[in-house]
Amino acid sequence: MSIGLVLRGIFSALFVASVLRISTPLILPALGGLISDLAGVINIALEGIMLVAAFTGVVVSAYTQNVWLGVLAGLAVGTLFSLILALFHLYLKTDIILAGIALNIMAQGGTVFLLFTLTGDKGSSASLASGTVPRVVIPLLHDVPVLGTILSGHHIFTYLAFLLAVVVAVFLYRTPLGTHLRAVGENPEAAASVGINVVRVQTIAIGLSGLLASLGGLSLSMAYLSFFQNNMTAGRGFIALAAIFLGGRTPWGTLLAAVFFGFADALANQFGSLQVPPQWVQMIPYAATVIALVVYNVRRRRQAIERARRMQEQLHAQGTAFGGGD
Amino acid sequence: MSSPPLIEMRDIVKVYPNGVVANDGVHFTVEPGEIHALVGENGAGKTTLMKILYGLESPTQGEIRLRGRPVHFRSPLDAIAHGIGMVHQNFMLIPSFTVAENIVLGQEPRHRMLVDREAALQITRELSQQYGLRVEAEAVVDSVPVGMRQRVEILKTLYRGAEILILDEPTAVLTPQETQELFQAIRALVAQGKTVIFITHKLREVKEISDRVTVMRNGRVMGTLPTAQATTDQLARMMVGRDVLLTVEKPPAQPGEPVLEVRDLTYVSETGRTMLRDVRFTVRAGEILGVAGVEGNGQTELVEVLTGLRPATGGSARVRGREILNATPRQVRLSGVAHIPEDRLNNGLALTATINENLIVDRYFRPPFLRGLFIDSQVVQEHGVRLIQAFDIRAPGGDVPVASLSGGNMQKVIVAREFSAEPVLLIAAQPTRGIDVGATEFIRRQLVEKRSGGTAVLLISADLAEVMSLSDRLVVMYEGQITGVFPQVDRVSEEELGLYMLGLRRQTPEEMEAYL
Repeated sequence: MSIGLVLRGIFSALFVASVLRISTPLILPALGGLISDLAGVINIALEGIMLVAAFTGVVVSAYTQNVWLGVLAGLAVGTLFSLILALFHLYLKTDIILAGIALNIMAQGGTVFLLFTLTGDKGSSASLASGTVPRVVIPLLHDVPVLGTILSGHHIFTYLAFLLAVVVAVFLYRTPLGTHLRAVGENPEAAASVGINVVRVQTIAIGLSGLLASLGGLSLSMAYLSFFQNNMTAGRGFIALAAIFLGGRTPWGTLLAAVFFGFADALANQFGSLQVPPQWVQMIPYAATVIALVVYNVRRRRQAIERARRMQEQLHAQGTAFGGGD
Repeated sequence: MSSPPLIEMRDIVKVYPNGVVANDGVHFTVEPGEIHALVGENGAGKTTLMKILYGLESPTQGEIRLRGRPVHFRSPLDAIAHGIGMVHQNFMLIPSFTVAENIVLGQEPRHRMLVDREAALQITRELSQQYGLRVEAEAVVDSVPVGMRQRVEILKTLYRGAEILILDEPTAVLTPQETQELFQAIRALVAQGKTVIFITHKLREVKEISDRVTVMRNGRVMGTLPTAQATTDQLARMMVGRDVLLTVEKPPAQPGEPVLEVRDLTYVSETGRTMLRDVRFTVRAGEILGVAGVEGNGQTELVEVLTGLRPATGGSARVRGREILNATPRQVRLSGVAHIPEDRLNNGLALTATINENLIVDRYFRPPFLRGLFIDSQVVQEHGVRLIQAFDIRAPGGDVPVASLSGGNMQKVIVAREFSAEPVLLIAAQPTRGIDVGATEFIRRQLVEKRSGGTAVLLISADLAEVMSLSDRLVVMYEGQITGVFPQVDRVSEEELGLYMLGLRRQTPEEMEAYL
């Protein structure tokens, strides 16, 4: 296959649609991670929470033969799993990074162990008849060329991801709880001094991050794929963390950064058809993450220096005449 | 008096889990409508007592009565509900929030499910007007001056319905003018029926603002008396338990060769703010050059750039002709510079290490401490014993962790290390901040002694009285620049310096040239 075909692939409506699909399991945990990060408790266990939720959803939907029961169970178990982090960090005072790493390892090993116990297979749950959430076909729009392909026919989680970006933004900046959450993250002592219960707010933040990460996990095993796979998150929980920082710790920035990483991932899929060693192609999303973070920081620094230079010139231009009060 | 006092704290005992007795049977009463000063050295238990009153700490024993009724505060919320508000020493504000958002934080006005921002602005403006505390409701706190932040803190407590305001060392960060403004505001509050408890260790302020004063020492109350009947000497004696030299005896300076020459020093922070701009000055052997200024005008950056803790952006700084900018801290120290950092807990000491260890961190790599590959513990031990004695560090021994010492004794450990390094240049940043009168007196005397012995001293202090009494020459820093130089400190008043500190007045480079 030639590079021309790849390029044509990228500039197609199908490709854009695939970016949205692939971004979904990044946007959701990133938004969750943003909530806990702004509350001052960085949730490094997003990866593990996603795995646990993805696994639970598949198993429960297979045994109950009800997709929605599976989704509910996944959300519940994923959120509870995240609250273990809250328990260890906030109540038992363990280091949050260590506790997060422990949860991730536990999730990876635990899901495989249970998977093997239930199916006798360590690789995937393909033998279980689990369900997937329905696709949403938007009437009328679905039949519009290009736009219909891009916007219609996705799994429900994809729409939810973008909708939740709005919800999270409103929650963080307009609601009392969101305001308290940001206050706690910025100056916990100050928040406590006006009667905000810091530990409670941080527990809620971790719980919400768990809920959103669980949605992300479920979108992998019950929408993107229709079964659970050993370590199927493949680092998405960590890329989500990177998206938060690349996005400047704002909901919109985080959303954009997550979509960017989704784009890199989709690109890797396209390149998969070229005569390039697959390892190189698989590196694309991760390399993009590193490069994006570097570029972001270099640019921020340069902007800062530029701003300083302009300010200094301005001051020099005003000479010693300047000197305002407060 | 027939009616019960507004606040009555009876027999308060507070023992911390680590065994420290912070309050030991304290009785403290406040009458309605008074300004009550609470004074004492650091570690005397003032702040603990107020934290108990504000519900931040629970007393081990004792009783609090409010208007004659016993109360139990489990959290600040309880205290707030009873009309008690506290303005903490380190401001309890959220830097990225606006003034209005900070004022309503925790009790936001709501519209449906959301925070009603308009109402918050409205509330802020009304409160600001009612109490004559000028603030900009929409400004982000990070960008407003310290004086306004303090007014925000006071408005915060008033919004929560405070009738009793506890102000914890409110003047520590203010210029003389801002202090006067604060005092006016306090008087206005009292005129509107509020009661103010004012924590300080500046006795002059006690005399100026308070109606009654309570003195604490070692977790006990040494007495409460009407301010009009107390002299500062008397109060100082009650605080320390002996006579204190409030002024430092200082023989005239005999400045010698230039030791530190700073020229066109510029520093742009990582966030792109110009923190130091074309700073130039000289410190000579045998003199103390004081740097006055409101905190946050580049003093911290100046010290850190000079000591190798931050890279400079431009300019030069020479110690006896040798460039020290952008050298490593060790190179700077090896060229004869000693440094008493302003943040003693983070930069001055390794808290979990012992006193002896802290006393050798700048010299362990040299003989006699280093013998071959190993540190000679015998030498370290003897070195520790000698300095602990010479600098009157009150500790059970040299092998206890520094963290177990009081603030004043921690500072003495630093002073002992830096002074015994026999520096040609001593950079002392806030050397007596937050430490008790006894240790303050000791450190000030040591500084003057060092200078009289020929050391060049660069003294940075937010305590205007301190820079004025210790310095031989003085410069004022404002927004990262030197805006005034005063070759004769006794010829300038606090008020005049205040004008320079606020940026309302400045000398031209030509005027300053001859003295820098």
